[in-house]
Order: sequence, then structure tokens, then C-alpha cells
Amino acid sequence: MNDKLIIGGKEITNRFFTGTGKHPNNAIIPQIVEEAKIEVITVALRRVDLTSPQENILNYIPKDCILLPNTSGARNAEEAVRIAKLARACGCGNWVKIEVISDNKYLLPDNYETVKAAEILVKEGFVVLPYVSPDLMVAKALEDAGAAAVMPLGAPIGTNRGLQTKELIRILIDEIKLPIIVDAGIGRPSEAAEAMEMGAAAVLANTAVATARDPVAMAKAFSMAVEAGRKAYMAGLGPVRKEAEASSPLTGFLD
Amino acid sequence: MDFLTLLSPQAANYLEAMAQKAHRLTVQHFGRTVLLFTPMYLSNYCGNQCVYCSFSSNHRLVRKKLTLDEVEEEAKSIAATGLRHILILTGESQKHSPVSYIEDCVKVLKKYFDSISIEIYPLTTEDYTRLVKAGVDGLTIYQEVYNEETYDQLHPRGPKKNYRFRLDAPERGCRAKMRGVNIGALLGLEDYRKEAFFTGLHASYLQNKYMDTEISVSIPRIRPNIGGFTPKFSVPDRSLVQIILAFRLFMPRMGITLSTRERAELRNNLVRLGITKMSAGVSTEVGGHTIKNSTGTGQFEISDNRSVAEIKEMLLQMGYQPVFKDWHQLNGERAGEQLL
Repeated sequence: MNDKLIIGGKEITNRFFTGTGKHPNNAIIPQIVEEAKIEVITVALRRVDLTSPQENILNYIPKDCILLPNTSGARNAEEAVRIAKLARACGCGNWVKIEVISDNKYLLPDNYETVKAAEILVKEGFVVLPYVSPDLMVAKALEDAGAAAVMPLGAPIGTNRGLQTKELIRILIDEIKLPIIVDAGIGRPSEAAEAMEMGAAAVLANTAVATARDPVAMAKAFSMAVEAGRKAYMAGLGPVRKEAEASSPLTGFLD
Repeated sequence: MDFLTLLSPQAANYLEAMAQKAHRLTVQHFGRTVLLFTPMYLSNYCGNQCVYCSFSSNHRLVRKKLTLDEVEEEAKSIAATGLRHILILTGESQKHSPVSYIEDCVKVLKKYFDSISIEIYPLTTEDYTRLVKAGVDGLTIYQEVYNEETYDQLHPRGPKKNYRFRLDAPERGCRAKMRGVNIGALLGLEDYRKEAFFTGLHASYLQNKYMDTEISVSIPRIRPNIGGFTPKFSVPDRSLVQIILAFRLFMPRMGITLSTRERAELRNNLVRLGITKMSAGVSTEVGGHTIKNSTGTGQFEISDNRSVAEIKEMLLQMGYQPVFKDWHQLNGERAGEQLL
């Protein structure tokens, strides 16, 4: 079955995306990519040090990975646009995960500034994946602006609390034609599988992998869960009922 | 009130339980990472007479202010160790180290560092804004002591006498859109439980009101200095640990900065308890990073003389990533502006 996710003209098989932050050392990143067959990996420009080959995080990301630079640290649209342009100029490609956070307490995305940044960056030729609080009107605005996907949070970033925003994400999946990629808050592979069963196009998790005792094994577990969830979605889940339903009904003879 | 309980003598019986939770929260929010930086002393001219500080104006020592060429030499020497975050310091002297001088230094430093923080005398919002525009992204300013009476006694003369102007400085930094503001009390000058409590309340007030600024705290214990001031209150290691843990449990996302005032072994052990930023390869002398420029007298004696490479190695051995760069300038040569 050919079930590829296509974003910005690129075909993606592994629908589990991960990140490069919070790891105990950078050397673990290529191992994660290889073992978990990661195809899309996000990296914060704020951590990219082009002047130091040893510390430059980009040198730890295998070349065939799709690099998803993020605008971590941006507090408004203007800063996000600036960071995205600098990332592209520094050789990080033309994909960008817009991350605008002006709240250091909960680290919630600023949807309003994110939409503004998306409008500008699409016009500048970027493949734009905005990270947002799940909100239908915001997602529609991003769709109109020409975003390549929408990345709603499952729970506040880094909390590992799972799909707390499930009902809102479900609405985005039903109403928005763009791929919905659940990003942030996912703490366990089972939660990633749940998002995929609902019809999410992909899942991104960083903290859950980076802070696991064995990040490589955890990345593999997430990849497998995401794959299983996707297969279940494609197979069409059976309906859920409150009472048991006999598989040999008494009135079957009437059919 | 929970925060007060965490700082209480009773809570000292539960340090291990507090430590386990603090460790979990720190890993969750920051990963196993520690940001490294180093201070660079630009000038030790000072009009204050803080009784606990070697740079006090009534001490006779070689006074020096780095020329811009010397700043550049220091910068090269520090940047060669891999550090990309720098904290610049001066004594309080509008005559010798005015804002325009700081601005000029920042221009030079921007070529070598991705993040520049200041630890200088308190400024007005306008002056902080001016420095933010010049490329400063972080402000460190300690109240030293929150108890107003003690503050008055320990700062007998000079502009620092103005308690209120100093107390409100972090807030002015937030208004000026500093990305990070780091506060603290110099532990040993007063009852540390009260001082830590006020530091925490101050941090919490700032973080709630200025959500777009990253608030962090330092936990500096007083160190030997010229003048031989002996602190009235002792702060044993156990108490320092309790303060760190209480901060982490009170504000799980807050940065906690640890300086080389503490000895190497203790610093290693504190990493797991909630420290997120550490200084490395430190000199508290003006020009201390390039021998020929140095004055020979530091602001205080440090306890951890390890080089950046040694601190880096220690962190890696512990399973922690030393982070050298956690911000990217948005303009200038270093940002990659010329590539746009």
C-alpha cells in the first residue's frame, strides 16, 4: 500500500518526527535517526553554531534527513520571520516550523503572531509548518495563508501529558484539508498511536524521546506506535459500543 | 506558602525526597543539559562601598578599564574555548564605564558571542532599551540583600544606597524586552531562608507579569574578598541544597545559575538537583582572560578553577550535554545577515 505523507513535494514514509533538543549528548542524534528510521527532524536555529564544527548540531544530523528548522525563541512574528530567513541562509533548507512563544510560564504558542508569520513566510517561499494551540479558525487562516501543515499541541510542550486537547484536534482533522501533525505534550507511544488512529497525519515528540532512559529505544517505540496507529486508521476502526453485540445475532435470518 | 514550607527547617528532613522530585522536574523541562557561560570583567572602577566586595571604592587596588582593543583580545581568548554566551561586568561608575562604553563593548563582543548579558549598575528602562538595541539579551542584577535595614548598613555610600532603584531594576529590564533576567540575593548577608523566600517571590512576580522574559535566579554564597568582611550568617551546603530544591519545586521552569563561587565537587553534585546554567573558565579580574592585561585582583575569590574543557568533560561524564549556544543574534555579521 502506498501511504506516503506528502509535504512540500517530499514523500515521507515514517510519520514520526522528532527533535534535537534536551539530549544528554549530540552524538545520540544520528543513532536515533538510524535506528528509528527518522525522516523529519526539527532543530532550533538558536542551537546551531556554524562557527564550531564540534558543537554544531547540524553535523550530527544525517544528510538524507529532512531538516525542519524551528523558530524557538521567537517572541513575535517579526522575530520568527527573521529566524526563519537566517536559518535558510545558514543552509537549513526552506522548511520551517513556526514557533512563536511569548509566555515562559506555560510555553503556549501565540496563535495570532504565528498566523502573521505564516502569511509572510509562505510568500517568501518557505514550506511552512506552524505550531499552534488547536483552534479551528486559526487553522483555517493558516490554510488560507498557504501553510503546508498545521501542528497543534496535544498538551503544553515538554509536559508529557498526552492528548489533552483531543476534541479540538479531532475538529481540525475533520475540517482542515492540510496534514494535521500533533506536536508537543505527547509522552508515550500509546498516545502517539491514539493521535494517529484519530487521523492525524504525523506526530512529533522530542521531550519524551530525549528524556527517556534509552532515547534510541524510545524513538523506535514511537515510530512503531505511529505506524500502528496509522495502519489502524487506514483499516477503519470498528465502532465502539457500550454494550456487547453478539457476533451471531438472533435476527440474522431476516437479512 | 508551600514555598515557605519548602524552605523551613522542618523541610530539611526531607531533602532526598525533594531532590528526587526536583531532578525529575529539571530533566522534564530542560533535559540533561547545562548552559555554559563565563563572566568578562570590563572595569573595576566603582563609586560604591559595599562592605563585602573587593571593588569597593575604599579599597586600594589597581583600577582598570579595558580599552576596546583589550575587550577584543579577551573576547578572542574566551571564544577560543568554545563559549558563545558571555556575561559582562563593571563596577558602578558613570564616569569610567557609562552606558555608551558598555554599548561600544557590546559592538565588539557581538562579533564573537551569540548571547551577551550584562551585570552592571542598575539603569533606567530607556538605558536598558538602548543596550537591548545594541545587542544585549540578558540582564543579571542581584538585590544582594532584600532586608532593607541590612541593605542600608552594608551599602554605606554611593549610588547603590538607593534600595528601591535597585529592587525595580529587573522589572525595568523586563520592560526593555530583555530575553532573560537573572536575580539573586548574596547568601550570608542575612537569614538565608528569608532572603531565598523574597528572591523566589520576586522571581515569581516578574515571571507572572512579564511572561515573555525568562526569569532565572542565582544562589551566590559570599566569598572571601579584600576588606576581610565576615558574613554574619553561615549558609552550609545542606542549606544551599535546600534553597536550590525549593526554587525548583516552586518554579519548575525557572533557570537556576551556579557560579564558580562553589567548589568543583559540590558543583558537580548540584547539577542533578536543578542547575541549568553554569559559569566555566572563570576569572573575576578585569582582563583576567589574557594575562598581560590583568589587574591581579579579582572581585572575589573563586573556588572552581576548572577550564571550559574540564567542565565540559565533567558534564559529559555525568550524562549531561554542555550547551554552548542557546540563542542566535537576529542581526549582524554573526547572525548570518550577510547571507540574506
